[in-house]
Amino acid sequence: MRRVVITGMGIYSCLGKSLDEVCKSLYDGKSGIVLDMSRKEMGFRSGLTAKLEIPDLKKELSRSQRAYMPEQAKYAYCATVEALRNAKIDQDYLDKHDVGLMYGNDSSADPTVRAVDTMREKHDTTLCGSGAIFQSMNSTVTMNLGTIFRLRGINLTVSGACASGAHAIGLGALLIQTGLQDMIVCGGAQEVNPFSIGSFDGISAFSIREDAPEKASRPFDRDRDGLVPGGGAATVIIEEYEHAVKRGAPIIAEVLGYGFSANGDHISSPNVEGPSKSLRMAIERAGIDIREIGYINAHATSTHVGDTNEAKAIYNVFGDQRTEVTSTKSQTGHEMWMAGASEVIYSMLMMKNDFIAANLNFENPDEDSAKLLIPAKRIEKHFDTFLSNSFGFGGTNATLIIRNL
Amino acid sequence: MDKQELISKVNSVLAEEFEVEESVITPEANIKQTLELDSLSLVDMVALIENEFGVKIASNELVKIPTFQSLYDYLAERV
Repeated sequence: MRRVVITGMGIYSCLGKSLDEVCKSLYDGKSGIVLDMSRKEMGFRSGLTAKLEIPDLKKELSRSQRAYMPEQAKYAYCATVEALRNAKIDQDYLDKHDVGLMYGNDSSADPTVRAVDTMREKHDTTLCGSGAIFQSMNSTVTMNLGTIFRLRGINLTVSGACASGAHAIGLGALLIQTGLQDMIVCGGAQEVNPFSIGSFDGISAFSIREDAPEKASRPFDRDRDGLVPGGGAATVIIEEYEHAVKRGAPIIAEVLGYGFSANGDHISSPNVEGPSKSLRMAIERAGIDIREIGYINAHATSTHVGDTNEAKAIYNVFGDQRTEVTSTKSQTGHEMWMAGASEVIYSMLMMKNDFIAANLNFENPDEDSAKLLIPAKRIEKHFDTFLSNSFGFGGTNATLIIRNL
Repeated sequence: MDKQELISKVNSVLAEEFEVEESVITPEANIKQTLELDSLSLVDMVALIENEFGVKIASNELVKIPTFQSLYDYLAERV
């Protein structure tokens, strides 16, 4: 089987606009969560959200390139520029090779809502403008990045709810392992505008701890009361090992295992069996002993049932192994379609810099999280292998295992 | 709005939207070439004109409006 390595990473998130900024925020335990009063005026139950600025790409891209990009495609562009630069890939390389693109994305609400508003108000579809259709489609990120960077390998958006980014990396790795591609730009993107998550707020899934935004996302804590929506984009360049060696690429890690499963159960409430199966499959495919895993980046979003059932699933698989488990969502909120990719990058930054960021706000365990080793404060630790979970609505599960190189 | 005001506003909104210097917009210049419009961005120009001047240019009339002067004249008759 061909080996799959990571040769570049890029990130645009509420913790920073570059790997260096994000690494510092992780180390410092910075929260990216704020209270957005405009959401309250819109009728939101919770006005909590991650805060990040939409990049102005006027200097980097032409008007016609920008016209088709919703906010999450702009985040993805920034993350991808950084990832390609770190992987030492320039446009000349992309023009001469068939490089693929697989990105997780599962909505594009803002342009959709704006186009519908225009149609209802003006009764004239021309007034929606030329960008609306391309911005509104679920595949907007892959169609935009694919045309901007002139990519000619596989071009595919992976929509697997909050596991989209992890599935994109896992499926991309499979295409490389089987010899169908040598290099794929993978990642996940998430819009942050209120239209995208208003109906999510409507099912009372969000924390309402509005008096202390930085305390609201508290995965595994006994007093958690819901998630906080976040977003941005994260890109990893995955590549066949020999291919990377041959071109002198900076090889930073290996995708060792990808596990997946579906719960076949409730549309929003996760169970324990599905996630456990995904973890076991990833470990089996990685061909490693669980004692080799030095850190677990949990999906844990700060919801009652989700965190409880993930804690049970981790305990099912790891037992009393007591590997450190944290959820970086305590700092970022839930980055949803992006999370599977961004959390690989957060974990990579920790792995490369010998620390595990604090699981913020973990003040009191509940019955299940008490069985796990969850550091409430940052710890300095060297580890060479980590496991990252991503679970989504509909019961889709993905687990990735990554090893330091 | 007299015709000079109309010309001035047309030049201003088109230059801003399509990110060109106003100085490149001359009466005899070709609109598509000057603003670097393709079939998609042409839709944006039609939408912009409709939003700014309340005049909808039908797609079959676009061929009759190749230059900025022809656009000024078309709008002057309808605004």
